[in-house]
Parts: sequence; structure tokens; C-alpha cells
Amino acid sequence: MGSQDVDKGSVGGPVIRLPAPASSRRERPAPGPDAERNVVFALEKLEVYYGAFRAVRNVSMQIFKNEITAFIGPSGCGKTTVLRCFNRMHDVTPGARVAGGLRYHTADLYAPHVSATEVRRRIGMVFQKPNPFPKSIYDNVAFGLRSRGVHSKGELDTLVEKSLRSAALWEEVKDRLRASALGLSGGQQQRLCIARTIAVGPEVVLMDEPCSALDPVATAHIEELMRELKRSFTIVIVTHNMQQAARVSDRTAFFTTEVDAKFGLRTGTLVEYDSTEKIFSNPSDERTERYITGRFG
Amino acid sequence: MSAANFTTEIVVPPDLTAKRSWRSVKSAMMTGLMIASVLIVALPLVAVVWAIFSRGLGVAFHGFPAFFVDEIPVIARRPGPGMGPAIVGTLLATGAATLISVPLGVAGAVYLHEYGVTNRFARVVRFMSNVMTGVPSIVMGLFIYVTWTLRFGYSAFGGALALACLMLPVVIGATEQMLRLVPNHLREASYAVGTSKSRTILSVVLPAAMPGIISGSLLAVARAAGETAPLLFATGAATEYNPNLFVEANTALSLQIFGNATSSFVAAQDRAWGAALTLVLLTFVITLVARFVTARFARRR
Repeated sequence: MGSQDVDKGSVGGPVIRLPAPASSRRERPAPGPDAERNVVFALEKLEVYYGAFRAVRNVSMQIFKNEITAFIGPSGCGKTTVLRCFNRMHDVTPGARVAGGLRYHTADLYAPHVSATEVRRRIGMVFQKPNPFPKSIYDNVAFGLRSRGVHSKGELDTLVEKSLRSAALWEEVKDRLRASALGLSGGQQQRLCIARTIAVGPEVVLMDEPCSALDPVATAHIEELMRELKRSFTIVIVTHNMQQAARVSDRTAFFTTEVDAKFGLRTGTLVEYDSTEKIFSNPSDERTERYITGRFG
Repeated sequence: MSAANFTTEIVVPPDLTAKRSWRSVKSAMMTGLMIASVLIVALPLVAVVWAIFSRGLGVAFHGFPAFFVDEIPVIARRPGPGMGPAIVGTLLATGAATLISVPLGVAGAVYLHEYGVTNRFARVVRFMSNVMTGVPSIVMGLFIYVTWTLRFGYSAFGGALALACLMLPVVIGATEQMLRLVPNHLREASYAVGTSKSRTILSVVLPAAMPGIISGSLLAVARAAGETAPLLFATGAATEYNPNLFVEANTALSLQIFGNATSSFVAAQDRAWGAALTLVLLTFVITLVARFVTARFARRR
């Protein structure tokens, strides 16, 4: 179906690519050779170290195209740490190191010749706290485009409007595009950050607790938006809110913390990864069940 | 029924007036102490401004604008204006020093904070820069005298070099401090849309830090404008206009204050007060202009 236009062939393709309208809502692919093409990320015994401290160990999973994958688990279990591996955000953290296999389509993300900047153009990120630049609304969305050499006013105008529309923000801000982004409400700022991320046409959008600083109305807005966006993007979301994971995601990964009895060090690891329905109705691991029923964490 | 109860009940209003207690007495004492400290701190400031204005106004604005444009009398005991060449000299030396030290200092601080961070080279440079802040200005002047003036002769540029040496560590320190205040989430937001590090620094980090960098640099400029010792060695002493930055001895307001105030002639001492007032007004104007520019800059964002 729509998978051919954005599989590994497009990794070296045009830099600017706008979200193509999805033809239909995709069924979750059954495991098998056909699903291979839809694997965006393949993790193989991934480990993350901060200095000598191993924060995350033994994470193996596959993340699928045009799906929303949710990471849940208690604080400190490594959800965000794993998420930040996907766009090499750990590169800017001194002392952080990633070991094990992490492939984006067929490319090894941590191969020596891979440029983190190039990776982040394809894999965007939305952060926990809305973090617009202290610039105008327009300049915020245009920022990523300008930094890769789009300067023609017409082209910028079109792309900014398109991105703001996709982020369901256009109607609210179209009359004050030149006003400071810091004057927007928290929920609007977060949607602006989403617009800024999708403006550069990534394939994947990573979201790190995007709603934790927002009220329920703004949260509902963002969730609705995520369901829309999943037609064009692959979304990975970290959330503390299990209802949110249950509401929006197709697959859910449950992480937890293992305490090393000898040194008392806490290491995060992946416990269970399955379809969201399965995780929330009939989890295979006892720890998952205890967590989702609220008896732990 | 219960609603009726509410209205018929006699309600004693709660006593909300302040009670005199040891705590409230202590609070009043501390407030008094702080007001007294503010007055004591303000005293020397007011006294200095008062002295300069009361003695300098008559000299500087007598036959305006003669004092600000006329050349300096060659014979010190002759009364009358002016300080024109010294104003030009100060502007030349300070301006050139700013042009040298601010770009270098900002670029250096960007390296230290964004690239070097904790590597050995960056640590050594940061340490040397801190040491340089403490070097007495006369030592800077001596250094420029030996390395520059002895070879190329007196000029405003020699003075500018000495001033630049003084300003450099201040600019580096202020800029690095401001870069540290730029929240990391802005950098991450920029990286997350696939922007390179250099581009992030140019279009996110520096604009965010700009107001602080400008006011930090301004502080350095104001300090440099009043420096005497470094100019003493490198600039020489002229009494005529010398608009050429690089050739021939020049002069500066601070030098004229020093020279005239130590003279035994009343006319010269008067000129020193006039020059002092001029210098204060000059730094005041520079500060105002820069504040205005910074405010405009901040509002645009």
C-alpha cells in the first residue's frame, strides 16, 4: 500500500517531504515477512550507559510504520532514555553511550559515518515541556525549514500554513503569525512544537510525555491530533498516563526498573511489548498486570 | 430551616488586626536597617555626582559648545576651554578596543561554553581569562608599551590594544555566563528538527543570550572609557585633534583629568573637572543608547 513511498528507498531521498495524505487506515500487519517492510526501528539488545552507569539494558523490539507505539512504565525505567536513542539525542548529553543494535529501516543509526543532524531531519521530537523558541509563531515553524536552506517566501508560507493546519493550530493563530510564540497557551505551544517538528517532513515523530504539562482539554486536542498524524507519520510516545496509552496507541511497551541487589543500582528494561489491547486486557507478564491494575509503580 | 439559622445567628467577626509581638518588632528593625544601608550605599554615589556636577557644569557649559570642540590649551595656566581632542581620543581608543575585544571575546566564550566545555585547552583558557581579570590595568599598559609602543610609537591604537586586553576577559566572562543561562531545552528543540550545532548556536543560542551579552560588553566599554593607566604608556599626550587612529600621539579624557588635576594651576584644575563631567556624560549617553538598542532588539523577538 502506501508503504513503498516511504520505505528505505527514501532514506537518501529528497530532504523536504510533506506528509502525504494517507489513503486508508492501515491494519496492523501480522508478523511475517510482509511486516518486515513496515519495521521502522529494529532494536537488538539495546543498552544505554551514562558514564559507567547502565541505565537501560536488553531492549529488543520492532516499531512499525504508521502506528502509534506507547512506552509506559514507572519513573526511572528508561522509557525516555530509549526514546532519545531513536534520534541520537544522547549525542548532546556528555557521557551518554549507546550499545547494542538499533536500525532505522536497514541503516544502523549508530554507525560511525551517520550524521546525527541527518538522522534528526527524518526523526523529529516533541518534548515534555513545550519549548517554542522566543521568536514569532511563523519563525518557529519556519526555523527547521530555513536551517536547511528553504528561503523563498512563497515556499515558506505554504509549508508553514500546511504544518500549522496539520497540527490543528492554524485557525487559532492565522491572524497573529508574527506575534511571539511565548504568548500562546501551554496546549497551543505544544501544538506549535508539533507543527515545528512536522514542518521539516520527518518520517517519525517521537513524543516525550507531550501532554504531561497540559490540562485535560489540551490533552484531548493533542491526542486527537496524534490519531490524525499517524496516517502520515510513525509516532512513538512516552507517557505516564496509562489511559492515554490505552486511548491512542496501537502497540504498548511496558518498561520497568530492576534493582541490582548487590550494588543497589537501578536499571531499566523492557518487560513486555505487544498490541495495546493485549497489554491492557491480558498481559503475559505478571509485572505488567500489576502495573496496569495499579498495584505497583 | 438551616438557611434561616444562618441569618439569625449573631456572628462575631474574627479579629484580624496585627498583634504586636517580638517577631513584628524584629521585622521592623530589619526593615529599618536595610533602609539605612541603602542610604549609606547611596551616599558616596550622590556625593561623587554632586562634586562633579557642581564643579564641572560651570566649566563645561561656559560658552557652550566651546569646551567640547576647542583644542586643549598648550599653556596649562591659561584659563578657558577645551577638551575636543580628548573626547575624540577617548571615542577612538574605546571604539577600537570594543571592535577588537567584543567579537573576539564572544567567539572565545562560544568556544569555551559550546565546544570546549571541559577539555584541557578550554579549562586552561578559562583559567587564564579569569587571571587576566585580576591583572592591574597599569601592568596591561606596560605590556603594550613594551610590545607595541616601543616599536611603533604613540598612537590611539596602542591605547586601544591595552584597553582591549582589559576588556577581553570581562567580555568572555559575561558572555559565558549568559550562554550558561540559555536553557538547554532550546538547544534540544533546535537539534530535534535536524539543525546543525553551528546553526543552532547562531540562530538560537546567541539571539537568546544577546541582551545579556550586550549589557556585559557595555559594562566593559564603560570601564574602559574611564581607564587612565593603560593609556598613559601607549597613547602619549597631544593637545591638538588627531583623528588618525594609528599615527602620532593622541589624548583621552581620562588622561586629561589626570594631567590637569595634578597641575598646580587653577585653570588646569577647572579643566579637569570639566573633563570629568564630560566623561560621566559620555558613558551615560553610551549606556542609554545601548539600553535603547537592547530594548528594541528584545521587543522584536
